[in-house]
Amino acid sequence: MTQLTDLGVKAIRDGVAAGEFSAREVAEAFNANVAAAKDLNAFIVATPEKALEAAAKVDADRAAGEPLASMAGVPIGMKDLFATKGVQTTAASHILDHFIPEYESAVSQKLWDAGAGMLGKLNMDQFAMGSSNETSFYGNVISPWRRKDGGNAPLAPGGSSGGSSTAVSARLCPAATGTDTGGSIRQPAAFTGICGIKPTYGRCSRWGIVAFASSLDQAGPMARSVEDCAIMLGAMAGFDPKDSTSLDMPVPDWAGALNADLRGKRVGIPREYRMDGMDAEIAASWDQGVAWLKDAGAEVVDISLPHTKYALPAYYIVAPAEASSNLARYDGVRYGLREMPERANLQEMYAATRAAGFGDEVKRRILIGTYVLSAGFYDAYYTQAMKVRTLIQRDFAAAFERCDVILAPTAPSAAFALGEKSDDPIAMYLNDVFAVPASLAGLPAMSVPAGLNSEGLPLGLQIIGKTFDEQGVLDAGLAIEQRAGFAARPERWW
Amino acid sequence: MSTYRIHGATGEWEVVIGLEVHAQVTSKAKLFSGASTEFGAEPNAQVSLVDAAMPGMLPVPNRECIRQAVRTGLAIEAQINKWSRFDRKNYFYADLPQGYQISQLYHPLVGEGALTIEADEKAGIPEDKTIGIERIHVEQDAGKLMHDQHPTMSYVDLNRSGVALMEIVSRPDMRSPAEAGAYVRKLRSILRYVGSCDGNMEEGSMRADVNVSVRKPGDEFGTRTETKNVNSVRFVMATIEHEARRQVEVLEDGGTIVQETRLFDPGTGTTRSMRSKEDAHDYRYFPDPDLLPLELDDAFVAECRASLPELPDAKRRRYIEALGLSDYNAAVLTAEVETARWFEALLSETAAAQGKSEAEVAKQAANWLISEFFGALNKGGHSLADSPVSHEQAAELLALIGKGTISGSIAKQVLERMLETGDSAGAIVEREGLKQESDSGAIEAAIDKVLADNADKVADYKAGKEALFGFFVGQTMKAMQGKANPQVVNELLKQKLG
Repeated sequence: MTQLTDLGVKAIRDGVAAGEFSAREVAEAFNANVAAAKDLNAFIVATPEKALEAAAKVDADRAAGEPLASMAGVPIGMKDLFATKGVQTTAASHILDHFIPEYESAVSQKLWDAGAGMLGKLNMDQFAMGSSNETSFYGNVISPWRRKDGGNAPLAPGGSSGGSSTAVSARLCPAATGTDTGGSIRQPAAFTGICGIKPTYGRCSRWGIVAFASSLDQAGPMARSVEDCAIMLGAMAGFDPKDSTSLDMPVPDWAGALNADLRGKRVGIPREYRMDGMDAEIAASWDQGVAWLKDAGAEVVDISLPHTKYALPAYYIVAPAEASSNLARYDGVRYGLREMPERANLQEMYAATRAAGFGDEVKRRILIGTYVLSAGFYDAYYTQAMKVRTLIQRDFAAAFERCDVILAPTAPSAAFALGEKSDDPIAMYLNDVFAVPASLAGLPAMSVPAGLNSEGLPLGLQIIGKTFDEQGVLDAGLAIEQRAGFAARPERWW
Repeated sequence: MSTYRIHGATGEWEVVIGLEVHAQVTSKAKLFSGASTEFGAEPNAQVSLVDAAMPGMLPVPNRECIRQAVRTGLAIEAQINKWSRFDRKNYFYADLPQGYQISQLYHPLVGEGALTIEADEKAGIPEDKTIGIERIHVEQDAGKLMHDQHPTMSYVDLNRSGVALMEIVSRPDMRSPAEAGAYVRKLRSILRYVGSCDGNMEEGSMRADVNVSVRKPGDEFGTRTETKNVNSVRFVMATIEHEARRQVEVLEDGGTIVQETRLFDPGTGTTRSMRSKEDAHDYRYFPDPDLLPLELDDAFVAECRASLPELPDAKRRRYIEALGLSDYNAAVLTAEVETARWFEALLSETAAAQGKSEAEVAKQAANWLISEFFGALNKGGHSLADSPVSHEQAAELLALIGKGTISGSIAKQVLERMLETGDSAGAIVEREGLKQESDSGAIEAAIDKVLADNADKVADYKAGKEALFGFFVGQTMKAMQGKANPQVVNELLKQKLG
């Protein structure tokens, strides 16, 4: 028999339901993996008791013949951006030291209601700002993957959902929540050879998720198969009156409707994404993806997204602008860290608390955001960026007249080594170049593993869909998954 | 045209005034959270997770607050913007948990409107004047700092944090403290009619930022100062008087006015600088990404319009034109919604009690209310709101006067007894035997005695001293303990004195 920790969401759920194993056995197995993987630094806090508690409930329900929900018996990892009642929630920032919410985020509550249990709170880039998980106050997560060069250089798991990607890839959990503001689900999924989907903006409630950039933040699942993502997204999504930007529409049965037959579908290939100096292996992987989708019956069309080159600059205006305001609440007055120098007045307490509490990348973005919103600069930056955002949305709308989904690389490279880009913010930001346009347009987009590069590291392919068309994205993802036959896994060294 | 001028050494100066009135919206819940808005609760007893700006909390607009602001806009005949948006005004302060106030800078809910202040010769307002209102937007109130709870620390009370405010921004159309005072009173009256704000300035439900500048008549606008959070009509007027004089002094001494924020000190009646434009916050306004634009449909606006009561101007016109009241009485009765409500209830009861139309009894009711009842209430330390006499009871009293059962002077006594005891007029009249005597026999007997006792005066009267007639009336009334019907007394006296 395979190890329980090799199973995904669907296999665990179905196995528990069929009585092949108990939810408790599953929780214990994953708890053991979490406990044994401290070297990866994927978890900020482990909550084995929570996982066991949820499992006990599922086992009891099953014994009593109660109906089991869609995630029953599946223990998951929870990104530390989601407020969890009674469990420390820090957004991986020092400024939220010892912050224990008295409330549960809407998305995590939905998951618990669907029978999932919590293995722990996952490490991440501080306030979800980063692409390598190096901005965490709790130290960087280390990818379970290593290059086949014998160097054993620790690699970045991607970010900001780096704890999630590492934990899922290393079999510390069958699935995890992520959040995606400008690629924070898709890029780490690509770096670690797993799947991750960012749904349409508004699908998942943002209530109880520590805000980074409100108009972009969106929760989504990260798991090792397209179907597992579909199941878990179904449990996470849904209208929430407590979030004014939440979509008031029914949640389709994505998992039930999965269909890899793409006959009659058109796949758009955006020419602007084929940039000068593109990594040859990324280009090859993209071409391979095109071939797979053709093989699945899709027609391939060239499309143009002319404003693509403005997406990254616009993103790095809009997201920091919103962040500079969203993070103003961390002031040392009501919760979290308070630095109170001798005889400090209010302003001095703010300054000392925020200086000590925020990491460098967070400070950088607060400064950028404050600058672009300042009198005299607002129109040149923020207003202009919002115009670009509208143009990018129009680009996609026009492109989707000609195709049903868009195929592109997820990231411009495979995982890089920790420290490799941490001194060069621009190089780091460029990692999001393919992910950011879909975020600015609020579109559903997912990354699926496409294979390994010559160094033995996973590469991901990105599918971008029309607004509300998660199904189209998942279907194309499934078609790639079936043809890629991605079975590689990181060799255990931790 | 206002003739209000500051007389400076270099000549006369005109004052230009604009007001930003912050009015707390009457609503059970806050603008973006479900927490209660009741005044006077224990500190921090009415704070939701949203109000405390806990991580991941999101605002959800409260429909009732929006509705009240739209109704207010309609009441000043303003343009209602069916598409508006919330913006964040960013600044750090301990009473502002989010680090930003959700407000509306770029696209307010209510656009251009106006209200009219009435002519008041005594106050130097020679004729009715229309004051432009630029906009009304809705925004969150901040919390409150308490500096007297601890020797070295300040405490924060967030009960008020997130409460809905309407900011009502006037045009710089006012030219004297009296006009500004009249504007605030009129605005307060309209808000209370509409029911969108209780107008309670003592509790801070309504406060004004006062923008003042001075200029030589006919010149361009001067540089203005803004005095923040002035919380009574009297203080608004005092702020303007002081600030205008101060500005004239500065200018005449060769100085310039600094555009700055000032504070009014009620103790000294003066203003002092709070911060200058250089120190002014850069609020970094931008659209709140947690909120979608606010889109109103025609049905919503129509419902708001249909729900408006008769407003003071219309009511005043109706009192004059349909009820035949004097301008003065109509103005007094419509200034406050409670007064108008009381009057109308009294009017309806009075008409019913006397079997007449409202128009027929309106003058009686209005005169009695204004010249008798207000004074009597006041004397007992009461107001209409806590009047011991209900309008039903008052109508009964008026009916007794109308039917001639009691005289006007007896009615005063009866009213006093009513206020003391809460009993009905009829019961008091009955119990204390105050019924007017119209029986000519009894009156005749009394007259005969008065004439007999004062034979000398009767002789004087007959000799042409006709002014003594009043003396005989008085004596007769006194003999009858005031209960004689004065008409009957007059007639009989005339007969007897030939």
